[in-house]
This record gives sequence, structure tokens and C-alpha cells, in this order.
Amino acid sequence: MAALTPEERDVLAAIQDGLPLVREPYAAVAHRLGLGEARVVEIITSLLAERKIKRIGAVPNHYALGITANGMSVWDVPDAVATDAGRRLGERDAVTHCYKRPRHPGWPYNIFGMVHGASREAVIASVEQIARDLDIARYPHDVLFSTRLLKKRGTRVRAAADDAGA
Amino acid sequence: MSRTEQITIDDTDRLLLNNLQGGFPVTHRPFADVAARLGLDEDDVIARIRRMVETGALSRFGTVLNAPQLGGERTLAAMHVPADRFEEVAAFVNGLDAISHNYERTHHLNMWFVISSEDEADIQRTIDDIERHTGLPVLNMPTLEEYFVDIKFKF
Repeated sequence: MAALTPEERDVLAAIQDGLPLVREPYAAVAHRLGLGEARVVEIITSLLAERKIKRIGAVPNHYALGITANGMSVWDVPDAVATDAGRRLGERDAVTHCYKRPRHPGWPYNIFGMVHGASREAVIASVEQIARDLDIARYPHDVLFSTRLLKKRGTRVRAAADDAGA
Repeated sequence: MSRTEQITIDDTDRLLLNNLQGGFPVTHRPFADVAARLGLDEDDVIARIRRMVETGALSRFGTVLNAPQLGGERTLAAMHVPADRFEEVAAFVNGLDAISHNYERTHHLNMWFVISSEDEADIQRTIDDIERHTGLPVLNMPTLEEYFVDIKFKF
């Protein structure tokens, strides 16, 4: 990840498992790294502006909170209107990730929208509602539910010091 | 999905969850800023977030990184794995460093995984590895466009 300076890498490595839950969390991080608080604030602010950090806040464990159904809705949308459909799909509250991806022989779908809900029935109902609202019900679509999470690790960075030794 | 004990949260926790999935201030006293905005007390906000991390309601409180912007490459890939080979193939795929997520899904294409690496060549190498080792074709479905989504689980 050459896109990060050693200082940025150290700051990210220090906070990626969680911010210190104290009144002055950035000062605490700065203290740990031997930097000034203003410098840490500046680095994090610029990483946010560059979208290297997507967001900062609460990362809910939605399974533990009862949002246990995870449906990947997939749509075969004509190429000419796929971008527009993808954008509108992504705007829906129920959709948490939305992408255009290539079709393959036997796989006609090009638009993918992740939909979460309390149950499979709730996810299917929300996909059908979206299909009606966005007038895309006429395009072939399907919902693939996950039956098992086999592996999950978040995106992580290594501290600059670890990198030097690697 | 593996079974997880469901956790109960109260209305104030819910208010925090629904308002703090992003946009946490990068300021001297960010919890005080959040508390002022939501009409809560700074120390109460900190205590509630700490409790939600401890009970597992939150996976963590902090950053979500954006892999593509960090110079890494990633793709989504899918396979059809015959039922009697599923565990063996899952163990092989999960054992590869570049695999960041892997899900079993309800479709003929029943294994879906994300390949993620700092090195673009790693992606194709990983796909080749899996195809060679398992003898099963891997469908590579890289992102062609990503649509902006404001993450918003409602609790």
C-alpha cells in the first residue's frame, strides 16, 4: 500500500482496531505515536478527504443486533441503463453496497445490490418493493442469500515499522 | 450464518447507532460534539459506546478503510462447488492470504469470495491457484462501477 506515507500508515495502524474511548481520543493516539494532536487530526482529516478512510464511527455487528439476513440482489439490466439503475438502487435505504460487474456465460446479472434485513422474507419484500419503485421489476433478477460466513477479515494496514521488517 | 446471541440495546443506544455509522468528528472533543448534537452527555456517550463494543453490539468503534483507495486491488469471484467437496474447497480458499471474505450462498454458484491484495498480480495468481488446485472454474467479477451508498443500518 504505497499510497500511504509512513506517518499515515502509523496513524491508521494505531486506530484501525478502534479509537480510544476517552474524551480526547485523537490526543491519546497522538501521545502513543509521539505526534501532536493537531498533526493526527490533520492526517485523519486528509485521509477522509482522499477517501482512504471511508468513514469513522460505530461499526455495528448487525448479526448480533438481529439483522441476520443478507441477500445479494442481482439484476440483468440492459447496458444502456445499467449505470442509472445502479445509482438509483444505491440510493435506497435497504441497499448497503451496490456495484456493476461483468456478466459471464450462465451468469446474466450485471448489477449487484446487497440488501440486509431481519429475515429472508423481509429482504425479499424489500427487493420487490425496490423493483416496483424503480420500475426495474421487468428485468430478470434474483436474490442470493448467504447461508454461511466462511471467512471475514477487514481491510487492514501494517504499521510502517512492521513493513520495514517484512 | 453462524448463530450469534442477539444483544438488546435501549433507545439511547439506538439513537447513537443510527446517527454514528460515520461522520464521527475529527476534533479535540468529538464525543462532546456528538453529545451536544444528540442532546446527550459526553461521558454517557463514551460509556454507552464502550458497553456496545464490550457486548459485541459493535464490531468496533473507529475507521472503515477503503481498500481500493489504499492502492490495493480487489475483486469478487464465484464458483460452483459440488456439495461433497464444499468443505475441502472452502478450507483451501480460506487458507489463501488474499481471500478477505468468503460466503456460502443459495445458488448454483454457491461460493462467493473477495480477493484483496496490495499487488494486482496477486489477484490473477490467486484465481489460477484455486482453479489449478480444485479443478473448478472461478468466475471473476471485478467492480466495473461502484455506486455511492451511505451506509445506514437502521436499528
